[in-house]
Amino acid sequence: MIPIPDSGPGTAAIGLGGAALDRLMPMHLWLGPDGRVRHAGPTLTRLAGGAVQGLPFGAVMTLRRPHPAPDLGALLQLEGASLKLVLTGVPDLPLKGVVVALPEGAGALVDLSLGISLIEAVGRFDLTLRDFAPTDLAVELLYLTEAKAAVADELKRLALRLNGARASAEAEAATDTLTGLANRRGLDATLARMVRDRSPFALMHVDLDHFKAVNDTHGHAAGDAVLRQVAVVLRSQSRGRDLVARIGGDEFVIVFDEMVDPAQLRQIARRLITRLERPILVGDVPCRISASIGITLSTRHDPPDPDRLLQEADVALYESKRRGRARATLVSDRLLAVNPPVLPAAGA
Amino acid sequence: MHGLINRAIQCFLRDTYGAELWADVARAAQVERGGFEAMLSYPDALTDKVLAVAAERVGVPRVMMLEDMGTYLVSDPGLEALRRLLRFGGETFLEFLYSLDDLPERTRLAVPDLHLPDLELAEDGVGAFVLQCRGGWPGLAFVLQGMLRAMADDYGALALIDTAEGGEAGATLSIRLLDARFHAGKSFSLAARGQ
Repeated sequence: MIPIPDSGPGTAAIGLGGAALDRLMPMHLWLGPDGRVRHAGPTLTRLAGGAVQGLPFGAVMTLRRPHPAPDLGALLQLEGASLKLVLTGVPDLPLKGVVVALPEGAGALVDLSLGISLIEAVGRFDLTLRDFAPTDLAVELLYLTEAKAAVADELKRLALRLNGARASAEAEAATDTLTGLANRRGLDATLARMVRDRSPFALMHVDLDHFKAVNDTHGHAAGDAVLRQVAVVLRSQSRGRDLVARIGGDEFVIVFDEMVDPAQLRQIARRLITRLERPILVGDVPCRISASIGITLSTRHDPPDPDRLLQEADVALYESKRRGRARATLVSDRLLAVNPPVLPAAGA
Repeated sequence: MHGLINRAIQCFLRDTYGAELWADVARAAQVERGGFEAMLSYPDALTDKVLAVAAERVGVPRVMMLEDMGTYLVSDPGLEALRRLLRFGGETFLEFLYSLDDLPERTRLAVPDLHLPDLELAEDGVGAFVLQCRGGWPGLAFVLQGMLRAMADDYGALALIDTAEGGEAGATLSIRLLDARFHAGKSFSLAARGQ
């Protein structure tokens, strides 16, 4: 029996046996006057891996904070303080504790708690509800941890779904539904990004020739089929890093990323026209189109302005049309002097 | 109505009666595409509409459907998280019953905007209890009835659970615990899976 003192005068001590202490404090250590363990709570015994009776306190526990205590006297100097300690056999499981002196030098009572190690300890030692005092908040902490984890999982799933919806809405908004190419919005976003990143690029404006005749002769369904085939050709003649956009009925723009060599671009344009002039079969009907092309380079200006570049490519495109279609023109200062581009008014 | 409850109804209908029935019910009740989100809230009228349409399509009374849903919520392997949270209520079915008073408060700790009816357990003779459910969505008392049946089974207890009376103001469930250790029950470890 441990007589528990009360400092107030005239109050009676209460005597408690080991069984009662086990119930109240399943993780206590009762130390005798010699500093050896007289009794240990059942949960602490379980964590220690077996009985610790008779062992000196220092052999069972290692006191880390505030500082080590080599004997019972030193330990009792820390009466009432918040202790951080570990079981000597389980040094990676930090415990919290508090020590009180027993009256008349009868030893000490140390009560321990798992603190933040609770979740780890429950898994490692397969603890059950019975291993905790009914008043212990451990079970509530475990409950909350699991409940909050479940809620966090749901929120994460919601965020992923919303993010997926946002990404596909953005992609849809920037895509031409007929051809699957980028649309004007997609082109604007790409040009803005490339200007911001200061990466040089060429802008190729492709306008189909004789497309109106296909529409008028074979109908809009045939026209749509031709546009889809044109998209396939334009894609096949560009690289994955380039952007192909349809910005009007039969108008396309290709942005060539980090390619500003005029000879190379002229060669690509010629190849494009050759490929587009091959008859496109819609059902059994061969449809014949061609293309006129205008080209400009972002390196003509510092910093480059997307609207200005589109205007320049347009001027070059109309020069190709004027000179008899089915050809490509690279913009030049001389050409721009004769046909100054009309920039849209600010805010238009 | 909290999205968690709506989502539970959706999962129950889908897993019990098939994805096609759920799609049919969702269309008829005008649930938004993609179904309910567990962490959003919806008008109560939508929940009632979903239940009314589902009960009519399946041909089961609404009350019975809610009870089945309660059983599903505890016993479906895909919803192990909920069963575990309920098992934190106590070591035995009796302790679990005593923990029901705290269930709405426990729920609020985890999901502050999920309001359950006030629950009050009273002993009514040896091994007999009455559970008063007051306030909140009236349908939940029937869901709870199904959940209690499944929890008794989970703990290995033999218990009879009935609705004594139900109304707009609340419902009273009667619980008779015949054998607390009827069979072994399902195992429960405090440690979460994967630890």
